[in-house]
Amino acid sequence: MAEPVTEKATVELTIDGKRVRAEQGEKILWAALAEGIAIPHLCAIKEAEPPLGTCRLCLVEVEGQGVVASCVESVREGMVVHTDGERAVALRRRAMELLLADHPLECKDCPKKGKCDFLQLSIAMKVKRPKNYRPFPREELPVDASHPRIIFDPNKCIRCGRCVWVCKERVGEVPFDFIQKGYEMRLTTFMDKPLGESDCTGCGECVEVCPVAALCFKEGG
Amino acid sequence: MEELQELLKTYPANRHSLLRILQAAQRQMGYLPGEALREVASYVGVSPAEVYGVATFYNQFRFIPYGTHHTVVCLGTACHAMGGQLILDAFERELDIKAGEITPDHEWSLDRVGCIGCCTKAPVVVMNDAINAKMTPFKVEEVLAGLGLQLKRSTDSEGEEAGEREPQ
Repeated sequence: MAEPVTEKATVELTIDGKRVRAEQGEKILWAALAEGIAIPHLCAIKEAEPPLGTCRLCLVEVEGQGVVASCVESVREGMVVHTDGERAVALRRRAMELLLADHPLECKDCPKKGKCDFLQLSIAMKVKRPKNYRPFPREELPVDASHPRIIFDPNKCIRCGRCVWVCKERVGEVPFDFIQKGYEMRLTTFMDKPLGESDCTGCGECVEVCPVAALCFKEGG
Repeated sequence: MEELQELLKTYPANRHSLLRILQAAQRQMGYLPGEALREVASYVGVSPAEVYGVATFYNQFRFIPYGTHHTVVCLGTACHAMGGQLILDAFERELDIKAGEITPDHEWSLDRVGCIGCCTKAPVVVMNDAINAKMTPFKVEEVLAGLGLQLKRSTDSEGEEAGEREPQ
């Protein structure tokens, strides 16, 4: 009987022509990043299981499988991954365009100015906000400033779900979650109450992971 | 709420039974008040916000009670083509509420649905489980008045008439 030498088995795969060893069950995205191969990603959190897979910015092509989200797809022995496949790049860019089209670009007055992951990634991907389409007009939602420490601006939210994940993971009793579905999906508290009336402890973990300025600390708070 | 507690005991206390519990709770109460959602949340062990998220995902759940007179305006393809939106607008105007809301006196509630199934009678409105076929905005006033709603327009015009009479 062969004893397992290491605790976790590793597999070998090819990413952009480079032979890469990765732990069994690891996602393509993290295996690539560990090897210095860049894949755009926004919603991805390494510890998140199951992965969020909401932003669709980390799409790659896998031979014989088509386009997959690299933060969701696990590595397999002999897998051949192309991060710059034509289809994957086009879909990634379109995903970014759609996110930008639905995001108020008021960067000048934004509290996240200069440290916005979303903006930096859009610049890195060289994707600009499409000028001539805005899918459906969205009703502007009121900014929730009821909490003593945290301001929540639902209009800036890109619905990545990082805040919900981190709150579930680190705090437990999540005061907010996504409601509705499809285009109407948005982040809100139980029964749409202001955040200040919820059980939110104000620890700020959600603010730390928010890639945009939907969740921000109050000034001086 | 005691009835709800009885109901909860018949389901396993885990998140997999959440949907079935919500359905049963709505059958029991007619709608899902915030209190009930909290109880369900603590029973199945997920946060109230998540229960609210799940419940709002499905159109079958409602969070306000039905009014004494519940009105459903059909906006399916046929009713939409025959001006269902105008009918809904008329109801919203006369009742002074939006679709999915209830009047403060709990007498009237208004909803919109995809299709009721009697498309030849479009546009269709279901009031208190009775179908009103081939509706027009004028018939909306008629039906509402028939059920005892004090129409805004009639009271307004009475006021105007009174105003007109005064100088005489």
